[in-house]
Amino acid sequence: MAVAFDEMNGPGGDLRPAYRELSRWLKETPPDALEYRRQEAELLFRRIGITFAVYGDAEAQERLIPFDVIPRIISAKEWAVLEKGLKQRVRALNMFLRDIYHGRDILRANIIPDDLIFQNPVFRPEMNGQSVPHDVYVHIAGIDIVRVDADNFIVLEDNARTPSGVSYMLENREIMMRLFPDLFARHRVAPVERYPDELLSALRSVAPLSASAEPTVALMTPGVYNSAYYEHSFLADKLGIELVEGRDLIVKNDEVFMRTTEGLKRVDVIYRRVDDDFLDPLTFRSDSALGVPGLMSAYAAGNITLANAVGTGIGDDKAIYSYMPEVVKFYLGEEPILKNVPTWRCREPKDLAYVLDNLSELVVKEVHGSGGYGMLIGPAATKATIEAFRDKLKREPEGFIAQPTLALSTCPTCTASGLAPRHVDLRPFVLTGSKHVTIVPGGLTRVALKEGSLVVNSSQGGGTKDTWILDE
Amino acid sequence: MLSRTAENLYWLARYVERAEYIARTIDATLRVTALPTAYIGKTNEWESALLTAGVSASFYEAYPEATEQNVVEYLAFSPSNSSSIKNCIEAARLNSRSVRTALTSEMWDTINSAWIELQEVWGKGTSSREELARFLRFVQETSLRFDGSAYRTMLRNDAYWFSRLGLHLERADNTARILDVKYHVLLPEEEHVGGPLDYYQWTSILRSVSALTAYHWVYRETLKPWLIADLLILNDTLPRSLASCYSNLVRNLDQIGVAYGRQGAAQRHARGVRNRLEHSHMDDIFQHGVHEFIQEFIADNSRLGEVITKQYLI
Repeated sequence: MAVAFDEMNGPGGDLRPAYRELSRWLKETPPDALEYRRQEAELLFRRIGITFAVYGDAEAQERLIPFDVIPRIISAKEWAVLEKGLKQRVRALNMFLRDIYHGRDILRANIIPDDLIFQNPVFRPEMNGQSVPHDVYVHIAGIDIVRVDADNFIVLEDNARTPSGVSYMLENREIMMRLFPDLFARHRVAPVERYPDELLSALRSVAPLSASAEPTVALMTPGVYNSAYYEHSFLADKLGIELVEGRDLIVKNDEVFMRTTEGLKRVDVIYRRVDDDFLDPLTFRSDSALGVPGLMSAYAAGNITLANAVGTGIGDDKAIYSYMPEVVKFYLGEEPILKNVPTWRCREPKDLAYVLDNLSELVVKEVHGSGGYGMLIGPAATKATIEAFRDKLKREPEGFIAQPTLALSTCPTCTASGLAPRHVDLRPFVLTGSKHVTIVPGGLTRVALKEGSLVVNSSQGGGTKDTWILDE
Repeated sequence: MLSRTAENLYWLARYVERAEYIARTIDATLRVTALPTAYIGKTNEWESALLTAGVSASFYEAYPEATEQNVVEYLAFSPSNSSSIKNCIEAARLNSRSVRTALTSEMWDTINSAWIELQEVWGKGTSSREELARFLRFVQETSLRFDGSAYRTMLRNDAYWFSRLGLHLERADNTARILDVKYHVLLPEEEHVGGPLDYYQWTSILRSVSALTAYHWVYRETLKPWLIADLLILNDTLPRSLASCYSNLVRNLDQIGVAYGRQGAAQRHARGVRNRLEHSHMDDIFQHGVHEFIQEFIADNSRLGEVITKQYLI
């Protein structure tokens, strides 16, 4: 594996310009002052109650995601490229989804094999031929980006279902501004605070035709026990919309209402943070207590907008991911600005053979997995783990893809033994309304706190950093 | 607003008020039991603390005897007592988490900090009277902070009114329960001259509703049982009196009615109870029997809770 690119001290140890002030400031600041602010930050997080529940971890039902106080900095020039590439990718993603559930031009052009769509459990036949308001499927996308050198940002994963993490982008900034006003004064950091406003206007812009001129938007959560509940309540609060659970909603004559102290009130747009499977027990899982009976029928009648739409999973599926460069070219006739990680599709015999021969060097992921669960990181795995994985892979090759182990870039991070480089990724949030695609300059930087670790997922010991996009 | 949100706000306020009330009950009982038996007689004050908290029956399922240690543990920390202070604070936080968007950050911070302190400082209970006193102060301060931050920071809309409904309904219930347990020491004027025994019972009652100083300001008299009953039942100026709770309940329900452009059973019922309190005199109440009066009030009060729930919260 190549030596990782460090975002502060580039190749050869040259200080990169975006980090000039930070580096100077770090030299001026005594280590214990940094440690003191780190503790202060943790206290603030706990008091605000920003917690994250880890499934299967009974001891720490509510846990804080570790926050690293050293910001991650991206220059204006780098961001300009990223922004253009992200918008392009999300536009293509929306066109792809519309096509898959309607004309299927891309299948007829033989760019994506049919069975990858029709035998995919995240494909929703219920959505066939159903139009969604303003043809927007993915209103909120979280695109995971990694960096491998000075010039290349690469898309690691598209999240087109219910991407989370944006509350950390906003809260991390709040806390950094509170703790390090001096450091902000020395930089020109693009603000992120307008994200809730942009989200609300995007959501209102996609209201169904039958909605009134002032559409009612609500955020739907599975409830307080969901791992991202804090984020749901945080966003509802910032947007000034009701935070509803399934039991607060009722469908009558194909319209959706919420139960209020003044009786029933119509809802036009639901920003739902509930998975497809649990939305409507009449259509999907009948054992779901989180959903609203009849919601899909109101959806089919065109009386409610669901954001994101039902069935977007087919757009961020890891098997589909490998086709994204072709998808961009097919719909937009443009070269993709952001690259993909080279991906071997284990469903294809040639690829599988290669993967099986090179397991110790590859990262193998479950096609339908998320959160870093169930993946093999070849170079870090023991022989026994690799062999066990080999059997799994042979049994069900179509369930996996493989990618080379990327040398994710590193950023200076506080560790027990002082500042040290740690691997990071980036999740910017892309919003699509009826007319515009927008991105707030920033995102969630996740950092693998363990030395050498490449797993940044919060469920596996990752932390977060504030992400600074410089304005000039 | 969402019915569920209103319900959570209402219960949140009730839990916080209840936690404070239980803390006051323990505090008042500690004081009275610290006195030599010559002053308080042989009654088991811990048993009456259980009665005022309304958990006597469930207590005896878990403990053989109402000793100080057992009762304090049960009232303050027991996970199996749904009204224990610990459970009240936990339920309050769970409710807060469900309605974070309807709370101001000050209110959330109060509940969340209390919940954190409960785990980190009081996770193992208390091991001395000093510690217990500190814990009880912590609970009362939490309630004051919560109440104060609600009062100072909430918008005056239905969220605020539903929260106040919970507070006053719970408060009325608590005051009524003390009266219900202690009514036998509150006798009409002509029947009784207070001995030292009852004197300390009376101060204990007043202390548990934080009205000992208020009593002297209102009546400028030594403690007289019928005046204590008057203060707690009919005196509108005492925030924990039944009359005051009902003025507040009526006012908050009226505000909801005006805002929604509709009155209902809850408004009518609350007004009925308030009118009865307004037109009552202590003489009549004593004549009819304090006990009967209080029993009827408790039933009326819990009926109001049901009516509010039916009208707004489901």
